Amino acid sequence: MEMFDQIFSLLGASIRLATPLMFAAMAGIFSERSGIVDIGLEGKMLISAFASACAAYETGSPWLGLLAGILVSVMFALMHGYASITQRGDQTISGLAVNFLASGLTVVLGHAWYGQGGLTPSVHDERFKSIILPGAEWLGENVPVVGPFYEQVISGHNILVYLAFVSVAAAYWVLFRTRFGLRLRATGEEPNAVDSAGISVAWVRYRAMIVTGVLCGCAGTYLSIAQNAAFQREMTAGRGYIALAAVIFGKWHPKGALGACLLFGFLQSLETRLQSVQLPLVGELPSQVFSAIPYIITVVLLAGFIGKAIAPKNVGVPYVKER
Amino acid sequence: MKTTFKVVAGLALSAIAAVSQAQIKPSVIYDMGGKFDRSFNQASYSGAEAFRKETGIKYTDFEITNEGQREQVMLRFAQRGFSPIVVAGFQQAPIVEKVAKQFPKTHFVLIDAVVDLPNVRSVVFKEQEGSFLVGALAAMKTEHDAVGFIGGMDIPLIRKFGCGYEQGAKYISKDINVLQNMTGTTPSAWNDPTKGGELARAQFDKGVDIIYAAAGGTGVGVYQAAVDAGKLAIGVDSNQNYLHPGKMLTSMVKRVDVAVKSAFEDEMKGKFTPGLQVVGLKENGVDWALDEFNRPLLSEEDIAKVQDIRAKIVAGDIKVHNWEDTKSCEY
Repeated sequence: MEMFDQIFSLLGASIRLATPLMFAAMAGIFSERSGIVDIGLEGKMLISAFASACAAYETGSPWLGLLAGILVSVMFALMHGYASITQRGDQTISGLAVNFLASGLTVVLGHAWYGQGGLTPSVHDERFKSIILPGAEWLGENVPVVGPFYEQVISGHNILVYLAFVSVAAAYWVLFRTRFGLRLRATGEEPNAVDSAGISVAWVRYRAMIVTGVLCGCAGTYLSIAQNAAFQREMTAGRGYIALAAVIFGKWHPKGALGACLLFGFLQSLETRLQSVQLPLVGELPSQVFSAIPYIITVVLLAGFIGKAIAPKNVGVPYVKER
Repeated sequence: MKTTFKVVAGLALSAIAAVSQAQIKPSVIYDMGGKFDRSFNQASYSGAEAFRKETGIKYTDFEITNEGQREQVMLRFAQRGFSPIVVAGFQQAPIVEKVAKQFPKTHFVLIDAVVDLPNVRSVVFKEQEGSFLVGALAAMKTEHDAVGFIGGMDIPLIRKFGCGYEQGAKYISKDINVLQNMTGTTPSAWNDPTKGGELARAQFDKGVDIIYAAAGGTGVGVYQAAVDAGKLAIGVDSNQNYLHPGKMLTSMVKRVDVAVKSAFEDEMKGKFTPGLQVVGLKENGVDWALDEFNRPLLSEEDIAKVQDIRAKIVAGDIKVHNWEDTKSCEY
């Protein structure tokens, strides 16, 4: 039983750590499928983490915090959109600018408003708390294996964790089952065709950016007022880039990206549990091994060893109407 | 009109110059994590603030946010005539060595590392002694015979904390299980509350019920996880008991504030001395925190026992092994 407990606690942690990656990866898929390279996921997560922590503290409601996080993140996404769609600027540079702006702005504003060097005051009760699903305790005690699995892995997360899974399903449905999704994908592949069918490429891309903003807002909010209780400088700690790696690893498909996010979350939680533990045969593994794996897998994938990852054909290319 | 203005401005400027000549120009450079990390850097900040409040002398400070700034800022401070320049954090040591050589008349105070130069005072703390105390207290209060330690970046200094903690816990109970984790190997390990929280939860799942975090801003996540799980945490560097009253068992206080303040005061009195200062329990350089926030958690016997161990360390009856001496935790 002891072993099952450890495994379930590991799986539970994987899900918690995968949640921000899932939101951000779906955000990345929407943006990249529409033809906009978005390395600004990190920055949007950071600024929305800050906005939601401030709003939750000021209003006392985590939901208003989430709303604020989403609004600010959408604003940043549209900024990136304006630079890369309307102004046809370099999308990588614009994304970087979003990251730098978020990194600087959060500290400056946090310092000006709260005088705690970029920290926001911690919210104790005004955050997303874990939810115990109905029957979790009873099942955990009375049903072997499946019961504890339900109690420790499926139940006991906060609402945003469940929303992240919903967002993956929704992303799949929108992209592959709706007219908007079809147009969005076509815009990333062959914007000329979309344009000649009389659909505005810019409008499709702007809408994709709004979706990206909303999803990044959820990711940031999760970090600051669900998993933690305050905003802290640079608290995203590279998760935006890992999510981008998950997008590539998942071949720009929600299902694949979900798998990649869960894998990366699993590796992260494995890292927290296997540190300074003697493993059979290999002995103690340095923790760096686990932190490096997501990047190594991505590089290996890009080098073509585990199948091919083909990006949308026109990703990163500003659309210019032919005259 | 113009000339009068110039004269007035000139007079004003020279007046300012005259005043500043009489006064010292102290300064602090904080390390990554920022001056409100509620931990190490905040301790430097409160020392400098205390000095300003007492003497009315203003100081200048700077928060390092990336590696490239270190040298630039230190050079600028030295060029602008600041002295002493208090530099907090072991990572700044190589830069202090470089800049201090270029400005032999400027006084530098380096905290947490040693640079042997005639104008540098190095202050290092016996963190192992303070950690020993909180480790002993943790071992007294644990109900599952398991206590945990979470470090920030994996460096000798943090190993020193962990090793002292382990010795303290084992001093109370030989069979106690001490789990140790490090957050990472890059400076971002000081600022990752999410990972800190997850490390804490992993330790709780293994039966730990008290965690000592020496991890800068990452610690905030560790404490929050302890509060959420209904367990106890131990703070570090500054007295962090107030962060979660009743959930913080104690804090291992490192009196960086005293080091900063006395450096400023020595400079003001013209008594600045270079060289190495090693401060431990005996010199009140480290200690455990007892205040209204954690007193309800402790019984009279607990307090007496910790004070007794403290006295034994001060008297030299208990020898606390320093990780840095052997690069290992064998004692």
